[in-house]
Amino acid sequence: MRSVLGDRRALLILLGPALLVYTLVMLVPMGWSLGYTFFKGNVIEGFTFDGFGNFEKLWHDQQAHSALWFTFKYGVVVSVGQVLCGYLLALLYVFVLRKSSALIRTLVFFPVILPTVAVALMFQKLFAVAPQNGLANTAVEALGIHHGDWFASGGGSFLVLVVMDVWRSMGFYGVLIYAGLLDIPEETIESARMDGATGWRLIRHVVLPLSWPVVLASAVFSINGTLKVFDSVLALTNGGPGSDTTPLTLYMFRTAFSYGDYGYGSTIASLLTVVCLGVSLIIFRFSRRDPTKG
Amino acid sequence: MTDTLAAPPRVRPTRPPTAALPRRRHARRLVRNALVALLLVIEVTPLLWLLLSSFKTQSEFVDDPAWSLPKSWGLANYTEAWTTGHVALYIRNSLMATVPSLALIVLLGVAAGFALEVMVWRGRHQVLLAFLLGIMVPSQMILLPLFRIYFQTGLSGTLAPLIITYTAAGLPLTVFMMATYFRSIPREVFEAATLDGASVLKAFWKIAFPMVRNAVFTVGLVQFFFIWNDLLISLTFTTDDDLRTIQVGLLNFTGQYGETAYGPLFAAISINVIGALFLYLLINQRIIKGLTAGAVKG
Repeated sequence: MRSVLGDRRALLILLGPALLVYTLVMLVPMGWSLGYTFFKGNVIEGFTFDGFGNFEKLWHDQQAHSALWFTFKYGVVVSVGQVLCGYLLALLYVFVLRKSSALIRTLVFFPVILPTVAVALMFQKLFAVAPQNGLANTAVEALGIHHGDWFASGGGSFLVLVVMDVWRSMGFYGVLIYAGLLDIPEETIESARMDGATGWRLIRHVVLPLSWPVVLASAVFSINGTLKVFDSVLALTNGGPGSDTTPLTLYMFRTAFSYGDYGYGSTIASLLTVVCLGVSLIIFRFSRRDPTKG
Repeated sequence: MTDTLAAPPRVRPTRPPTAALPRRRHARRLVRNALVALLLVIEVTPLLWLLLSSFKTQSEFVDDPAWSLPKSWGLANYTEAWTTGHVALYIRNSLMATVPSLALIVLLGVAAGFALEVMVWRGRHQVLLAFLLGIMVPSQMILLPLFRIYFQTGLSGTLAPLIITYTAAGLPLTVFMMATYFRSIPREVFEAATLDGASVLKAFWKIAFPMVRNAVFTVGLVQFFFIWNDLLISLTFTTDDDLRTIQVGLLNFTGQYGETAYGPLFAAISINVIGALFLYLLINQRIIKGLTAGAVKG
């Protein structure tokens, strides 16, 4: 029996193709990119060995620093926004709407599946000032705030970016955390209520601690995505004004494909990889829990 | 917030009903309705505005305020986006890249998930770890070498680079999700099958695959959205304008018309949203389950 389930020929047929494709198209290029970091040039001009030149350049490159900073800033702000809004939505579903939350859940989830490019272009128009004030501008001005062109300043662009990405994905985290909240035994909450815990205190001391694992899992998933942000930025602000909203992903893309610097592009990609792996590792440690068993 | 989250009225055996209770309940219902209304406004208004605007003419965009309704409901913007704006071509390209990738991902990924979870062999954990790497490492790490390979092998002028890259990039999550689904099936099922004389391949094809058919559909759905909505890979590997996928085409839509053709642009975005809405209405519960399952497991 063991020997049958360990049949080598079957293993080769079942796992072989996937592993081969994955190795050739993902693993080998990853190593190859690491190799590029020691070279200068591109396919057309040819490559020359440059030692640690690219890393030295990265160390002194102001633009790379600001891209790294933007990546962190965006990652933290949007991840906190996504998980927080998701949690509030989940509380709304479980405690306020209760049995009748299915329709609202479905509705709020819808933007999750929309193409990012479509959503970004829509938000561009919502916050546009020409040819007419977009709907969002009109609403903001109706509240008595006159902002002007959101995309003319780095701060304004960042704000629209955050609002967009939270709007786009909060339904996703809402459902994710909602499923976690449903796992809390009804009796636990009921008995806490008997003991007089209501409102904020019930949330703070009973619901939040019991749902902490799913909050952490959401945070890991969220930060893993937001650190890699590309589509939203490219489609909404194109990294601008100037390079004010350029994350590492976009900076790498520009360096490699607009300026044809493969070596330096790979170095930036490697930095991004280190950041992604490092942050995930820190959160895993912090949570002391294996999210794959989740 | 405190009020809305206060104890529900259902189980309160220790306290006799008082006069204050109905009023509190009334207030709570008011707050609840207000919250739902706010949520509806936030979610629906932008999309509704997008759809309404897609019927406006150029002069309405320039002269009328954003909140005005379109004066007529003709489909001129849509036909222009569809033909002159090449949306039809882009959607065709997207389909031609997505369908083969999806088929390959499911075929290879389900088999690999089975091999990794059900079969017994040394090195399983190392291979799983290698697949995990594919989930964590950003795609930027694979673009440059692949670009070079596709360029030098002459694949660049076709959709093949997209299909190959999507297939490989979709495998890690698929393998992980499928391994999780296979884990939920009792091992005895497969052991009994092999005891009865079935080979592993037969056990996979005749027993395991049918058992996870629903999961396969779910996984396929998740991958569909990843591929269909992808921008980074398609932007990198489509060097030819005629090979643009819908996302790349949409991104460059403004460029083709200059900054002024608002109507067709809104129509092009709307086509995307309406298409997604159709699919969503058809199988929304499946989509929600699939995407969130992928999240926790990923």
